Amino acid sequence: MTATAEGTTPIVIRTPAGQVAARMAAVADAVAGPAAVSVDAEARFPSETIEALAAEGLLSALVPAEFGGAGATLAEVSQGLVSLGKRCASSAMVLAMHHIQVACLVRHGRTDTLRDFLRELVDDQLLLASATTEVGTGGDVGSSVCALVVEVDGFRVEKQAPVISYASNADAILVTTRRSADSPASDQVLVLCRPPGLELEQVGEWNTLGFRGTCSTGFFLRATGPLGAVLDDPYGEISRETMLPFAHLVWSSLWLGIATDAVDQARRFVQAEARKKPGTLPPAALRLAEVTSVLQQFTDMVRSAVARFEEFQDDPDRLTSVGFGVGMNSLKVSASTLVVDVVRECMLICGLASYRLDSPFSLGRHLRDAMGASLMVNNDRILAHNAQMLLAQRSE
Amino acid sequence: MSIDETIRQVLADHGRLAIPVETLADDTDLFGAGMTSHASVNVMLALEDAFDFEFTESMLKKSTFESISSIRDGVAQMTEV
Repeated sequence: MTATAEGTTPIVIRTPAGQVAARMAAVADAVAGPAAVSVDAEARFPSETIEALAAEGLLSALVPAEFGGAGATLAEVSQGLVSLGKRCASSAMVLAMHHIQVACLVRHGRTDTLRDFLRELVDDQLLLASATTEVGTGGDVGSSVCALVVEVDGFRVEKQAPVISYASNADAILVTTRRSADSPASDQVLVLCRPPGLELEQVGEWNTLGFRGTCSTGFFLRATGPLGAVLDDPYGEISRETMLPFAHLVWSSLWLGIATDAVDQARRFVQAEARKKPGTLPPAALRLAEVTSVLQQFTDMVRSAVARFEEFQDDPDRLTSVGFGVGMNSLKVSASTLVVDVVRECMLICGLASYRLDSPFSLGRHLRDAMGASLMVNNDRILAHNAQMLLAQRSE
Repeated sequence: MSIDETIRQVLADHGRLAIPVETLADDTDLFGAGMTSHASVNVMLALEDAFDFEFTESMLKKSTFESISSIRDGVAQMTEV
């Protein structure tokens, strides 16, 4: 990323596949954790964490080795996001959203412009953001108002985006737009927009209950660029085969991180109680056993969903099947519900110590972040999609 | 109604296309013509009703519904048994 005063952050280490999860965990402990309170309090971008990840080449973890990236698996990245989510959910969300965009580029962008960009992303550890929502579409990311204007020397697009997370800190943004001024709302493409052809005008502030470090303000976006910056596949295909499943998988991973840390905290609390009266089981110990079994369900659910995606990832027919789509949507709904359930149980275990903001057992930030999970792409919208798709579900 | 006429009628009633059904060629990309994935589910249900069969799981993919000719192939496959 290029947010530092000196310019581009040099890669100090190129973390190889196989070590990606461990290095993400190390950055989580050494950098993201210590910065989490100030990121949350000031609702600021977690620059130090993203720079630390960049310094180890972790922003290109999912870029295949042929373009210089680590070529890591989704399973590794998912595991790393659990670690990061434990320490700072905002940092994990920024990295998760970045990886979603990288996956779209890798899997659906084949022009020379986009391939060159991937190499540049590896060398300079560029950070990607996403502009899918738009004013006037009622929150439906499957339709666009704005349209790509094709000119002799490239494209031009203008978009009123109610949310572009960390846009001011990103090096490039993937933007959805109608294919042309004559195209219906659902005929969309995804286009890579970057400076100097990218202008952003911030609209409003980001002052929320949780995920405060994602800086998800609105923007008026104006961009120009070469036609090679348009991803080859239609957005509908990119969305179904990569963006949607990938988003639900990486988000669920970091929500699992929030839940895991809450349970770690509850366990430390119960153990501290037990030390005061050895031989007597603390009253909350049973509840801890109960929430631990829920956390295990949550963990296994995320792992098996990641494995399913990895199994199907090169088979478009299976990725676009009703069963797979319903499954990935269900993962999002379940994970976003479970994270709140788990944090709430842990608060009952730790009692007032978790309710206090000044205690080592405070779970305030966990709860605030967890509440965002069912709202970012509202669960009701996702369930409505599933309700519609289930009309077309057949037993396999 | 012939099979093709029925398919076109179903698309007119449920495809929510941005262009008139009469202007569709056999191989026009229906998703490119504005059919959303929601609309494609309704098209599928209406085809099942019109031809009195159920698509199998393996047929329920985007490529089955991407054009009139692919729908015709799908219908033929489901009704030939």
